[in-house]
Amino acid sequence: MADHAHHAEIDKVTGTSTTGHEWDGIKELNTPLPRWWIWTFYACIVWSLGYFLVYPAWPLVNGYTTGFFNYSSRAELAVDLAKLDVVRGDKMAALAAAPLGDIEKNPALLALARAKGKVVFGDNCAACHGSGGAGAKGYPNLNDDDWLWGGTLEQIEKTILYGARSGHDDAHLGNMPSFGKDGLLTKDQIITVANYVRSLSGLSTRPGTDLAAGKQIFAENCSSCHGDEAKGNTELGAPNLTDRIWLYGSDEATLIDTLTNGRGGVMPAWNERLDPATIKAMAVYVHSLGGGK
Amino acid sequence: MNKPLRDTDLVPDDDGGPLYAAGRKIYPQRVSGSFRRIKWILMAVCLGIYYFLPFVRWNRGLGAPDQAVLIDLANNRFYFFFIELWPQEIYYFTGLLIVAAITLFLMNALGGRVWCGYLCPQTVWTDLFFAVERLIEGDRRERMRKAAEGWSLQRGAELVLKHSIWLMIAWWTGGAWVLYFADAPTLIKELVTFQAPMVAYIWIGILTFTTYTLAGFMREQVCVYMCPWPRIQAALTDEWALNVTYKYDRGETRTSLKKAAQARALGEQVGDCVDCNQCVAVCPTGIDIRNGPQLDCIQCGLCIDACDNVMTKIGRPTRLIGYDNDINIHRRMEGKPEVFKPLRARTVVYSALIAGIGAIMLYALLNRSLLDLNVLHDRNPVAVRLSDGSIRNGYTIRFLNKRGFDRVVAVDVDGPPNAVIHVVGADSITPDRPMIILARDATTELRVLVDSRPYSEDELAPSTPVKFHVTDIGLGEVASAKDVFVKP
Repeated sequence: MADHAHHAEIDKVTGTSTTGHEWDGIKELNTPLPRWWIWTFYACIVWSLGYFLVYPAWPLVNGYTTGFFNYSSRAELAVDLAKLDVVRGDKMAALAAAPLGDIEKNPALLALARAKGKVVFGDNCAACHGSGGAGAKGYPNLNDDDWLWGGTLEQIEKTILYGARSGHDDAHLGNMPSFGKDGLLTKDQIITVANYVRSLSGLSTRPGTDLAAGKQIFAENCSSCHGDEAKGNTELGAPNLTDRIWLYGSDEATLIDTLTNGRGGVMPAWNERLDPATIKAMAVYVHSLGGGK
Repeated sequence: MNKPLRDTDLVPDDDGGPLYAAGRKIYPQRVSGSFRRIKWILMAVCLGIYYFLPFVRWNRGLGAPDQAVLIDLANNRFYFFFIELWPQEIYYFTGLLIVAAITLFLMNALGGRVWCGYLCPQTVWTDLFFAVERLIEGDRRERMRKAAEGWSLQRGAELVLKHSIWLMIAWWTGGAWVLYFADAPTLIKELVTFQAPMVAYIWIGILTFTTYTLAGFMREQVCVYMCPWPRIQAALTDEWALNVTYKYDRGETRTSLKKAAQARALGEQVGDCVDCNQCVAVCPTGIDIRNGPQLDCIQCGLCIDACDNVMTKIGRPTRLIGYDNDINIHRRMEGKPEVFKPLRARTVVYSALIAGIGAIMLYALLNRSLLDLNVLHDRNPVAVRLSDGSIRNGYTIRFLNKRGFDRVVAVDVDGPPNAVIHVVGADSITPDRPMIILARDATTELRVLVDSRPYSEDELAPSTPVKFHVTDIGLGEVASAKDVFVKP
């Protein structure tokens, strides 16, 4: 845009005026930016100033300017979520209203509960139970048919609502006592009963183990929770010791550890964090994983 | 002595001129004749199909759309008369595009750019816009005179009328387009009452704009500068293809009618071309066909009509310009008879490809299953041991019912020893044979569990093939899918 009329010198090759600047014999041609480009540039500057004022932008010591229209992306998100709730309203209301037992009989509700349950499970439960409910050592596998606290829809829902040993008033209670640490059983007695328990589910026992003595120790110390036949008790969260499923492992060392130090995993209560319809959906989802009774 | 050839000798001595020529307004003249008639008929057929196809009805039963051609994006279905395609069957369109491309090649091998001249939408709509222009502003000479004279009230009125009609055609072109994507009568009602979805108005706007600018203003510029086909076509053609050709062996040397008569009286050899320039005047791209085959020529044949009219008038044989090729020009000059070879290696190969791909598509279409299933094995966990020691694998199965009615199907499994199948949410009529209802024209996704009953460990391989069968209880249709059954 430089106007150097007084220097006006026309370059012979291009026929364009020069700016009069010269470096080492090289002269600069006066080729200004196109007008439309310049005006677009100015318009952009004006636009950006408007943008600065209208939107939250300028950093201040304790925060930022909030703009002219109180715009915030968080508020926008809240509006979007509210719209989504309206769109899904009927379906979620139908889910909330349906009796728990009827949901699996209704294909539309089952699909909704599974879809909803899967997402919520991923957000809240997968950290311990794995993304597909496969569990891990100490965290039950939800795909199998062995349930500490019962595997019916109602029992699953109750476990999710209040948890186990979570501190909630309605939570499942029941601990595996630490027989070794508290001096209830001697080390030898623990080894004997651990091998006896292994024999219940058909596992090999240490040679020379007195299984009759083990049975005696079991009847005196363990059967009150695990039952006379060691089939467990879902009221107390006592596992069935005759099946092939072991939450903490079935090898002798693990059993000795369990008997010595006790067990008592914690499942949080979700009733305060998730709404009843969502918990219902999750109960159906977990039930549909395949192990539900 | 000859000078040795240097590189500089090969460089043209002109400065090349500007790379871009300024646009030149073309005023094509009206012409009548057989090719013009063919173009009118093809225009009527093409536009007729385009504008009215959405209104053709096709009964598909209760609850299904009754529009013969419908692209139902919302429900992921494409309807074409008796065919209903699902999204995963989009490969039929791939096949269709391949056939279309090879058909274009075949047309090119036989008759040059017949697509450009008669069927291309750009040609068809530009031709229509030319007709409107001619009707309102008059023919070539009048339009050139009016353009030179400048503004007057009548000229303004003419232009307003012309552009209004153009815009109406363009608008209806965009309107017809959106009718392919929704039930036409319903959408028209909605459009008129401003109830239609915004996207419909936007698309009408876009297509109104493109039709108006491309057919009203860009015209031959589209063919010359924007379209890739002239470039590809030039590389695909051969010396046998019939192109609109000026037969210079017969036309040259050009003289006036009078001089030609005098020369003929003296027994001298003169050409038939009287340099009347009619072929140039009628050309929609403004070229001179007598300069030989060129990129700008869309081969619409209007110059043939124009030349034939002149030849008839001056009593010379017609088709001085006609569909011909260079081989025949040379053969005529050598006194040999003309030859035409429609059967050549490339035409045979193209035809065979079209027939082959068409047959494959037809076979696939006639044998497409209307009941289908996809299986997805659980990933976490891949297998579960149950309390009694049996092993369970979980699968998510998506059942596809492409028929227009609900149906009851049974799900069975082959594979692991003593396999028992459970479908979450299924109704069983007979033990161990889950029955489910598949909604019409929809997919149903269900969780399927397969248990392998107690066995000795060695009985089961780490991975056993498993096959799911779904059987329509009423029709007996069966579909199956394979997966594996694994040990934990």
